[in-house]
Amino acid sequence: MEWIRQKLDKIKEPFAPGKKYEKYAPAVNAIDTFLFTPNHTTQKGAHIRDGVDLKRTMITVVLALIPALIFGMWNQGYQHFIQLGGDFTFWDAIGHGALKIVPMIVVSYAVGLGIEFAFAVFRGHEVNEGYLVTGLLIPMIMPIDLPLWMLALSVVFAVLVGKEAFGGTGMNILNPALTARAFAFFAYPTYMSGNQVWVSEASKIDGVSGETILGTLASGEDVSYSAMNMFSGVIPGSVAETSTLCVLVGALILVLTKVGSWRIILSGFIGAAAMALIFNALPVMGVEGNNLTNFPWFQHLIIGGLAFGIVFMATDPVSASQTLKGKWIYGFLIGFLAVMIRVFNPAYPEGIMLAILLMNVFAPIIDHYVIQANIKRRKKRINSAKAQVKTAV
Amino acid sequence: MSKDIRIKRGLSLRLEGEAEKDLVKAPRSKTYAVKPPDFHALVPKMVVKEGAKILAGDEIFFSKYTKELRFTSPVSGTLKTIKRGEKRKIMEVIIDADPTDTYKDFGKMDAAATDAEAVKERILESGCGAFINQRPYDIVADPKDTPKAIFISAVSTGPLAPDMGFILKDKIAAFQEGINALQKLTPGKVHLGVDDSSAQYLKDIKGVELHHVKGPHPAGNVGIQIHKIDPINQGERVWTVRPEDVTIIGNLFLTGKFIADRTVAVTGSESKNRKYFSTTIGAEVADIIEKVEDDVRIISGSVLTGDKIAYDQHIGFFSNEVSLIPEGNQYRAFGWLPFTYNNIHSNSKTSLSWLFPNRKFKPTTNLNGEERSLVVTGEMEEVLPMDVYPMQLIKACLAGDIEKMENLGIYEVAPEDFALVEYVNTSKMEIQDVIRLGLDLMITEVG
Repeated sequence: MEWIRQKLDKIKEPFAPGKKYEKYAPAVNAIDTFLFTPNHTTQKGAHIRDGVDLKRTMITVVLALIPALIFGMWNQGYQHFIQLGGDFTFWDAIGHGALKIVPMIVVSYAVGLGIEFAFAVFRGHEVNEGYLVTGLLIPMIMPIDLPLWMLALSVVFAVLVGKEAFGGTGMNILNPALTARAFAFFAYPTYMSGNQVWVSEASKIDGVSGETILGTLASGEDVSYSAMNMFSGVIPGSVAETSTLCVLVGALILVLTKVGSWRIILSGFIGAAAMALIFNALPVMGVEGNNLTNFPWFQHLIIGGLAFGIVFMATDPVSASQTLKGKWIYGFLIGFLAVMIRVFNPAYPEGIMLAILLMNVFAPIIDHYVIQANIKRRKKRINSAKAQVKTAV
Repeated sequence: MSKDIRIKRGLSLRLEGEAEKDLVKAPRSKTYAVKPPDFHALVPKMVVKEGAKILAGDEIFFSKYTKELRFTSPVSGTLKTIKRGEKRKIMEVIIDADPTDTYKDFGKMDAAATDAEAVKERILESGCGAFINQRPYDIVADPKDTPKAIFISAVSTGPLAPDMGFILKDKIAAFQEGINALQKLTPGKVHLGVDDSSAQYLKDIKGVELHHVKGPHPAGNVGIQIHKIDPINQGERVWTVRPEDVTIIGNLFLTGKFIADRTVAVTGSESKNRKYFSTTIGAEVADIIEKVEDDVRIISGSVLTGDKIAYDQHIGFFSNEVSLIPEGNQYRAFGWLPFTYNNIHSNSKTSLSWLFPNRKFKPTTNLNGEERSLVVTGEMEEVLPMDVYPMQLIKACLAGDIEKMENLGIYEVAPEDFALVEYVNTSKMEIQDVIRLGLDLMITEVG
């Protein structure tokens, strides 16, 4: 390591302040700090600091995503081969999936980090680590056969319009990964929905039955998958969001490391269950309902991207509510609205994306009212103090 | 009357290098220094010139904007140098000390039997006004104000904080006299916070409302206690005094002399002689610590709030602690990997340090990362036991939005209350500095 350090110091020389390539220092620093936590020391105030930094926080999220990602690779291969018919092994499946998914990840990181580096140099600040997570999330929530150039374009839109236009990491209103998906969804709907897109290379297969469960429900047919299938995730869907089990493993990592807010995750699931229960209760109230409203409430929680969205996207600290009370409200409404959109809008059965984006917009308003309550408490205290003085006089 | 205060949120850092409870008389320093920057926002005006002979208790400078606020010499001797910084700002007044102190005689006074104006005048003329701090803003109190209450915290919860009970145990009579004097300064109450250790010695102090404080740091911060007992509203003033300074005020009335005694605990993993030293305000740090190299940081004060000083410099006016910790100017390979470097404490659970609740950590001055935008939410609230939204307040301070700062409770906070927030902050911002800037803006805009 000592040798690498010396090499790095040598490479960094022309980028030092006052030297020729000073402007490009953020780009070099980003690579340097990836290898070594820098030797910066405190100067005043708190002379000692906590061991955590943003890089570590973001890497923890990436770690939490790994189970879902690996499962996704296998599942995409499995869905492909099962439709194709014939024998195949576990490694065939995972190989097929990896061959499709790794290029998506590479493109997402290359394009996104490229823009991040450029902005860091342009604005003269260090590269923020937020994109480490976003860059992995984007391919994980896209259909497997999405052309790479569309993926690249979605990334460009998400980073430029979703994030940098607002001032960069920490200032964005919408979750960048979902912004990318929303862009692709509305720009290229034929690649993002329907029966054909959820199974790898479906066009090569005759008579594919690759509908997602939500798609099946929306068209009024019965679901052929068991609840166990839905929970484990052996169903067609976006690249790596199908397995509720793997998502829960990720959720466990996020909650135990305190990186993700358990309040948002818990209230999100409660919200979704509450809405689904209301729909389930319709027949009791004399309304017949349909396949979607009568779909058992607990199965609503384990199909589609709901779990993935609540655990990995709703908990994005920048676009979520920032106050503790606000997080409960924010999470609850995301779950609640996601199921509502699913049921009421058969044209686009998966509601979690729109629910989160909508609540991203409302999060500052939720915070505003939570903080107003605090401000009112303080003002009330002043008034009572003044009243006391008056009576004393 | 005793009321209990229980603090739940916070973080008590367990660090290596606590001072042994052994009080040693420190050798007399050659020079002593009074540093005007220790009194925030003070603009000093010198009254004595270099080379002048002064007694302990003789005025050396006063506040340009509040002339009654006088600052006196802690020792007798010759004024050696006035060190100036940028724009000729006075940084240090260094006094060549006589071998033994001769004191200016202010005359004995029974504080309890004297009227308030005379007590106040005595405190001001002796320079003891310097010990009285004002909230809001955390600056030296303006003698023209009448505070609604006075708060004293004899609670030590900070990392490596000296034990207040141990420091005060032989000074109880002076402490009581100091309380008698402070009582005259406010129409309200004098609140005294105590922990298990200081309660042994202070439980019989008269004229105070005693509060038994329990809980993790920052429970010992006087600001947290004010917030729990009698929070500051807009337009109100409360005063705070450090416990050992109460005894200096007490001694002034008992003996008629300004006896600037200071007990300083030497702490931190890099110090070898970790003891309590009985010395005088502004002493040379070299007299109580052994010679250290550049790889050790000397902090006058606590590791969370103190000032970095050099080996040949003097201890700060208020510090009763000198901490020596290793400098952390080394690189760490792949320091961002979660669950590695578990020897570095982290309040987040991304390191396994929380698995060793009884372990004492040996922190360095490394920032453990680089400054970033504020991203992570919820971590600050965990260590700030106040009904205040820290992140929103910090953003309001950064934006200089006075109305918002006021609404979010800027009057109730001081930089030291945000020390732990700064410690746990993932984005490595200098948060105490941000709060200080916010307070400074309030001073100029609202006053």
